[in-house]
Amino acid sequence: MIINHPLLGPRDAQEFTYLGDATLINRPYWLSENALRDFHDYLHLRDNPAGEHRELWFHEQGDRSWLVVTRNTVTHKISSVELACDVARANGRSTGREEAQVA
Amino acid sequence: MTQMNRLTGGLIDQSKPLNFSFDGTSYKGFAGDTLASALLANGVRLMGRSFKYHRPRGVVTAGSEEPNALVELRSGGRQEPNTRATVAELYDGFEANSQNRWPSLKHDMLAINDRFSNFLTAGFYYKTFMWPKAFWEKIYEPIIRNAAGLGSLTGEGDPDLYDKGFLHCDVLIIGAGPAGLMAALTAGRAGAQVVLADEDFRMGGRLNAETHHLGDMPGAEWAATAVAELASMDNVRLMTRSTVFGAYDHGVYGVLERVADHIATPAAGKPRQILWRVYSKRAILCAGSTERSIAFENNDRPGVMMAGAVRAYANRWAATPDQNIAIFTNNDDGHRTAADLIAKGVNVPAVIDIRPDAPKVVGAELLAGAQVIGSKGRLGLTEVTLRLASGEMRSISCGALAVSGGWNPNVHLTCHQRGRPKWNDALAAFVPGDDLPMGMTVAGAALGDLSTHGALAGGAKAAVAALGDLGMTAGIPILPKADDTPVKLTPFWHVAGKGRAWLDLQNDVTVKDVKLAHQENFVSVEHLKRYTTLGMATDQGKTSNMGALAVMAEMTGKSIPETGTTIFRPPYTPVSMGAMAGRAVGKEFHPTRLTPSHKWAAEQGAEFVEVGNWLRAQWFPRTGEDHWRQSVDREVTQTRNSVGICDVTTLGKIDVQGADAAEFLNKIYANAFAKLPVGKVRYGLMLREDGIAADDGTAARLAEDHFVVTTTTANAVTVYRNMEFARQCLWPDLDVQLISTTEAWAQYAVAGPNARKLLQKVVDAEFDLSNEAFPFMACGEITVCGGTRARLFRISFSGELAYEIAVPTRYGDGLIRALMAAGKEFDVTPYGTEALGVMRIEKGHAAGNELNGTTTALNLGLGRMVSTKKDCIGNVLSKRDGMNTEDALRLVGVRPVDAKDPVPAGSHLMAVTGPVDAGHDQGYVTSAAYSPTLGTAIGLAFVKGGAARMGERLRLANPLEGSEVLVEIVSAHFVDPEGEKLRG
Amino acid sequence: MGYSGLRLIKEALTGHKGWGPQWRDASPQDAYDYVIIGGGGHGLATAYYLAKEFGGARIAVLEKGWIGGGNVGRNTTIIRSNYLLDGNEPFYEFSLKLWENLEQDLNYNAMVSQRGILNLVHSDAQRDAARRRGNAMILNGSDAELLGVDGVRKMYPFLNFDNARFPIKGGLLHRRGGTVRHDAVAWGYARGADRRGVDIIQNCEVTGFRIEEGRVLGVDTSRGYIKARKVGVSVAGSSGRVMAQAGMRLPIESHVLQAFVSEGLKPIIPGVITYGAGHFYCSQSDKGGLVFGGDIDGYNSYAQRGNLPVVEDVISGGMSLIPGLGRARLLRGWGGIMDMSMDGSPFIDKTHIDGLYFNGGWCYGGFKATPAAGYCFAHLLKTDRPHDTAKAYRLDRFMTGNMIDEKGMGAQPNLH
Repeated sequence: MIINHPLLGPRDAQEFTYLGDATLINRPYWLSENALRDFHDYLHLRDNPAGEHRELWFHEQGDRSWLVVTRNTVTHKISSVELACDVARANGRSTGREEAQVA
Repeated sequence: MTQMNRLTGGLIDQSKPLNFSFDGTSYKGFAGDTLASALLANGVRLMGRSFKYHRPRGVVTAGSEEPNALVELRSGGRQEPNTRATVAELYDGFEANSQNRWPSLKHDMLAINDRFSNFLTAGFYYKTFMWPKAFWEKIYEPIIRNAAGLGSLTGEGDPDLYDKGFLHCDVLIIGAGPAGLMAALTAGRAGAQVVLADEDFRMGGRLNAETHHLGDMPGAEWAATAVAELASMDNVRLMTRSTVFGAYDHGVYGVLERVADHIATPAAGKPRQILWRVYSKRAILCAGSTERSIAFENNDRPGVMMAGAVRAYANRWAATPDQNIAIFTNNDDGHRTAADLIAKGVNVPAVIDIRPDAPKVVGAELLAGAQVIGSKGRLGLTEVTLRLASGEMRSISCGALAVSGGWNPNVHLTCHQRGRPKWNDALAAFVPGDDLPMGMTVAGAALGDLSTHGALAGGAKAAVAALGDLGMTAGIPILPKADDTPVKLTPFWHVAGKGRAWLDLQNDVTVKDVKLAHQENFVSVEHLKRYTTLGMATDQGKTSNMGALAVMAEMTGKSIPETGTTIFRPPYTPVSMGAMAGRAVGKEFHPTRLTPSHKWAAEQGAEFVEVGNWLRAQWFPRTGEDHWRQSVDREVTQTRNSVGICDVTTLGKIDVQGADAAEFLNKIYANAFAKLPVGKVRYGLMLREDGIAADDGTAARLAEDHFVVTTTTANAVTVYRNMEFARQCLWPDLDVQLISTTEAWAQYAVAGPNARKLLQKVVDAEFDLSNEAFPFMACGEITVCGGTRARLFRISFSGELAYEIAVPTRYGDGLIRALMAAGKEFDVTPYGTEALGVMRIEKGHAAGNELNGTTTALNLGLGRMVSTKKDCIGNVLSKRDGMNTEDALRLVGVRPVDAKDPVPAGSHLMAVTGPVDAGHDQGYVTSAAYSPTLGTAIGLAFVKGGAARMGERLRLANPLEGSEVLVEIVSAHFVDPEGEKLRG
Repeated sequence: MGYSGLRLIKEALTGHKGWGPQWRDASPQDAYDYVIIGGGGHGLATAYYLAKEFGGARIAVLEKGWIGGGNVGRNTTIIRSNYLLDGNEPFYEFSLKLWENLEQDLNYNAMVSQRGILNLVHSDAQRDAARRRGNAMILNGSDAELLGVDGVRKMYPFLNFDNARFPIKGGLLHRRGGTVRHDAVAWGYARGADRRGVDIIQNCEVTGFRIEEGRVLGVDTSRGYIKARKVGVSVAGSSGRVMAQAGMRLPIESHVLQAFVSEGLKPIIPGVITYGAGHFYCSQSDKGGLVFGGDIDGYNSYAQRGNLPVVEDVISGGMSLIPGLGRARLLRGWGGIMDMSMDGSPFIDKTHIDGLYFNGGWCYGGFKATPAAGYCFAHLLKTDRPHDTAKAYRLDRFMTGNMIDEKGMGAQPNLH
C-alpha cells in the first residue's frame, strides 16, 4: 500500500506502524461521571466497518507524524490522509486543561 | 544420441550445441532450447509421473503453465524440485532428473496405484482409514505421505544469493507479446517511464511461436525489431525472465527476475534471482492466453499435447514430439498447427475436428464431426481411437496428438484483488471483469482479443489511455498489417465415455471425479476444488479449471458462469522462497545493533547475547573460568565489593523538551512528575491505557523545560511511539517536543562501593561528586576527561552506590577504556547482562519477565505509585474490579528452604501438600538466579495475595522437568532492603 | 449409510453409484428452535453437538455462501492445546480431546494427525516463559516437554543451528498437537448434523434481526423471514457486520491474515515448527505442500487478501530457520478475515438481547477450537449457562477487568 503523506508525499505503508480506529483520538475525560464506561467503550468497542475507515498510522520509519488515513477496508483504497494533530485539534483537543473547564 | 525429432529453422542457434543430461542419460541440445524442447528433439516424451496414480506423463505445454514435465534441476543445496521443463533454459552441463518415481521413471513401483484407481476416487480418504483408530497415524498416513509430494529438497542450505529491488514507473507493461510490445512502443515513444516485463527469455510472446507476418516481416522478426527500438530508449526498462507474479494494493506489483537460472551457477557475488517491487502509476496487462484441452479417455499419455504448444515447439524450437502428429480440435486454431507441422515436414495423419462444418485442410485428412475416444501406448502415445461422424470407429497411429479446445485469456492478475472475471460467449471463456486492480487495464489476448491485429491495436490503445490518465499525450502509431481472423470455435469440453478422462493432469482429477463430487453435493466451485483437489496442482488450475467447471455445469444443468467462476491468487507462477526472503536470512535476518563498548568488549573476550536486535556482553570470562557461573558470580561479587561497569546504552532514551514538558510527563507516567526539581531523577511507571504496566524507567530533569526519559531496552520503540501519540493526538497544543536519543548517547552504569572514587578520576575536577553535592537521584550535565560533554545520573539498578554516565556515542569507546583504566586500582570489573540480571533480582527490581503485559502496578507492588490526584494514561481503567481483587498476584521473593535447591523460573507455586494442578495454582516464578551474595538460588514470583504471606512455605511445582522445591516467601528485596548502600 | 473401508470397496466395484449427497441442500422452514448463523466450522459443529449431545431439535444453519468457505477452509490446519492462561487452556484441552475422537464420532476421516508442535526458544527469557507455559499445560491435563538444543537438533537436524541471527536454545514440544485436513472438518460436521436432521441452508444471507422488547424473534434473510426461539451467531470475520444488525458494537476488529503453501515436496517436515524469533510457523501437508504462515498484515481489512511485505517477512523468517527452503517455491497465498479481539481471546456468550447468542473473536486461533467452540456454544444455547471450560469467554470482561491476554499486548487487536 502507498500512503500519501501530507508533508512528504507518497510513501510505502511499510514505513508506517498501524494503530487502529481514529476515534482513539477522542480520549474521554477522566473525572466524568461514567469515566469507567467511557474509557471501556473508547478503548475496546469498535464500529469495525466494512467500508470507509478512519484510522491512525504512525510514520515510524519517517518523520514520526501520526496520520489519520481514510481507507476502505474492502478495497484498501485510500481517499484522504491528514495529520492527526490537525484532526485532534478539529475534534476539540488541545492541552488537556480545557477538559476540566468543559466538565 | 541423435536429435531425431529436430526440425530445421526455429529461433534456436543450431551452431551452438549444448550437452545436458536427464536421468543420467546425456543428450545434446542447442542454445535457445528449453529442457522440454531439447528432450522432444531427442525423442524423449516421457518426462514425469502424475501425483496420485503415478501415470506416465509427458510435456503438454510450452510455457510456465506446464503441469506434467516437472523435474529436479541441479543437485545438492542447489537442487530445485518441480522445475518446469518448459521454462528451464538449457546451458552446457545442465543436469536434471525426473521425480516422484521409484526406482526409475520407466518402472515406477507406485504405478500400482493406477490399478486401484477405482478405489482411489475423489475424496476416498475421507471415508476410510478410521479403524482401528491408531492405524491412521501409524500406517495409512505415512504411506500416503511417502507416495505424495513431487520433487524433493536435499535439506542443504541454498548457497545462492537473492536480491531485492524497487522500481518506479509511469506504466508497467506485463507481457511482451504483440499487445505488450505495441503498448511499450506507444508509451515509450511518448516519453513515459516504462517497464516492460516478460516471463520468457525472449520477448515476443506468441509471435515467436507462429508463422504469421506483421507487415512484410515474420512475427518473430518484427518482435525483435520492436525490442531493439525499445532497448534504445532511455525511458524504457526491458525485463526478460521476469514474471509479474502479483498485483498488490495501489499499483504495486511483485516481479521475479531470474537473473542466473539459465546458467550453471550465478557469477561470483551476483544473485540468482531478484524480487522487484514495482511502483506503477498505471499497468497494462498483456499476459496473453492459455490453450485448454478437450478431455477424452486416457488423454493423459505422453504425446498428448496442446496444439499451440506443438506449434511452438516446431516453429520456435525446431522440435517435434513425433514425426506423426494427429490434431484434435474444436476451433480453427487447431488447423494452424496442422498447417505449420506440414510446412515443417511433419506428417499429419488426420485433423480430427468435432465440428461437422470444419474448414478444409490442405495436406492432411480432415475428419469433420469426429471425436477422439481413446488412446494407446503405455509410456508414450502410439495410437488414438476415433468415432467418426458416421458413428464408425477408426484407429490412427501417431506418436503425438495436438489438442485444442480454445484459449482462455490470462486473467489471473485481474483477480489478485478479488475481481471476478466475466463470461464471454464467443470465446467460451472468462475475460477480465470490471473490477480491476487500481490503475490496471488489459489488452490483447488477455482481454479476449485473440487476433494479432487485435492485440497490436489493443496494446496501442491501452497505452494511449494510460498516458492520458497521467496527463501525457501519445498518438496511436501506424500498426503493421497483421492477422485479424475472428475466433471460430464450438465449445466442447470432454468426449462422453466410460473410461477415465483427465481434467487435472498433475493431480489426476478425471471427469468421473467431478461427477462423483456432484453426486455427493460438492457442486459449488470451491467445494469441487477442495473435494477433488482440482486446480490445486502447481499450475493452480491454469490447465484444468475450465474443463472441470464445464463438466460441473453439464451435471447441474446450468451455464458455466452460473456454475461459478474461479478467481486466482498470487503468485501467478510459483516464486522461489529464496527470492522472497532476499538477503534477510542467516545472520542478516535482522539488523544487528552494537553497543559503543562492543569493540572493547570483544577485545576482552566477552560472550555476547542477542537482546532484541542488540548484541550485548553477557559476561566477561577471565582466564581460569571455565563455567559461565564462575564469571557471573565473580562479576557480581566484585561489583558489590568494589566496583563494576556495565554498558547500558541499549536502554531507550527520549529527550523531552518544551515549556509543558513536566505537564506532559505527568500525563504519561502514573506517578507525579510536575514538581520534580531540576537536577533530580525520579523513577517512573508507565501504564497502558488499559491500566496494565507498560514500562518503567527514569526521568531526569536537566532544566525546567528539559527532561531525559529512559525506557527498558525492549520497550524503547513502543514507549516513544506512545509518547508521540499522546503528544500529537491527545494533547496537540502542549508545548513539548520529543526525540529519541537512544543511539546518540553511550551510557555506562558504574556501580559498587568504589563507584564514586572511580568516577572522580574521570569526571572533571570542578564537578563535586560528594554525597552532599550529588546525592542519590541527582543528575547533571558535566564534563569528563578534560572537557568532554557528559551527563551523570545517580541511579542504581544493582542496589549499590551507583551512577550512570553518558557521553556522546562517538566517545563511548574512549569512555569505557578511560573508566576501566581509572578503575584498575579498585580491581574494577566489567559486567554483562547476566550479572546485571542477578543483581536486579537480588534487589527485587521488576524487569521484562515481570512487566509481561498482564501485570498491574498493584501486582508489582507499586500500586501506590498510581496517583489518584491527576489524570494519566491508564489511570481510569486500572481501577476495574477484576484487577483489584484481594487475592491479586503480588510480587514477592522466593528462597529455597534447602539452600542447595534450584529455583527454576517458570515453576508454579502450590501449597506444600495437596494436589498439584491448575485448580490449586498459587502463582509462578518470573525470574530466578543464583545469588552469590546470599549463596543460594533466589527467585521473584507472583503469588496470590503475596504481600500478606511473608514467611509462608510453598512448593515450586515444575512437572515439566519433574522437579519440586520447597521455598519460603520472602521480601523481593533480598539485598540491602533499606537501601543504605545506594544512598551512601 | 456409514463410511468404511468395506463400503468403499463395495462402491468401487459397483461404480460408486451408492454414494449420496454428504449433506442435503435444505430449504428454509418458517420456524426453528435454533437458528445458527454461519455455516463455517464453528456453526456446523454447534448444530452437530446441539443435535447430538443436547437433544436439540428443529435446528437450522444459515450460510450466506457455501458451507466451509470461510476460515475453516483457509487456515494452516493446526490443532493444539498449549495455552498459558487458566481462562484458555482447559477449553483448548477439551477441544483437543474432542479432536482425538472426532473421526470415529463423525464417521468421517478428517485426518487428525498428532504430529507434534515444537515452539522454539531463542533466549533465556523465552525459556523461562516456555517453562511457565509448559507447566501450565501439564497442570491443566495437557502434555508438554522442554527440549534443549540437542533435543531440537535430533528432531529437526536441518534447522539453522550454525549461522543463526537468533540461535535456537531449545523448544517446548507438545506432542499431541498436530494438523487436520481442514475442509473435511466442515464437511464431516455438516454430514453429521444433516444426518441428525439439521437443515443446512446455503446461499442464505441474514439481512437483519427482528427484536422486540429485548428479545429476538427471528431473522430476515435473503431467502425470507425465519422465526427462531434462539439465534446463535457464529460468523468469524463477519462478526462486526452481523452483530451491527442487532445494534451491537463489539470489542473486535477485522484483520487480514495471510497463509501460504509451497509446491508439493517429498516429506521433509514431520511436525509443526514455530519460530520463536520471527513470524513463521510451518508444517507439511499429506499432499506434500509446506503450509506456513506468520503474522497478520496489521491493518483493518475485509479484503481477504494481503500485501507483499508480510509475505517477504514470513518467508525470510522461514529461510532463516530452515536454510534449505530457498529452492522450494511459494505456490499460493491466501488471506482470511480474522476477528481480532481486544485481548486475543474469544467470546462464547449471551448478549443483552434475549435469545441472541454470540460466538466470535477467535483471532487466528479459531480452527483448533472448532469442536469445543461448537460444543460449548451448543451448551450455552441449550442451557443458557456457559460450559465449564468456556466460562471466561464473556463479552463484558473488559468492563470487569478480567482480560485473557496470552501475549500481554493489551487492547490492541493487531498485536495479538
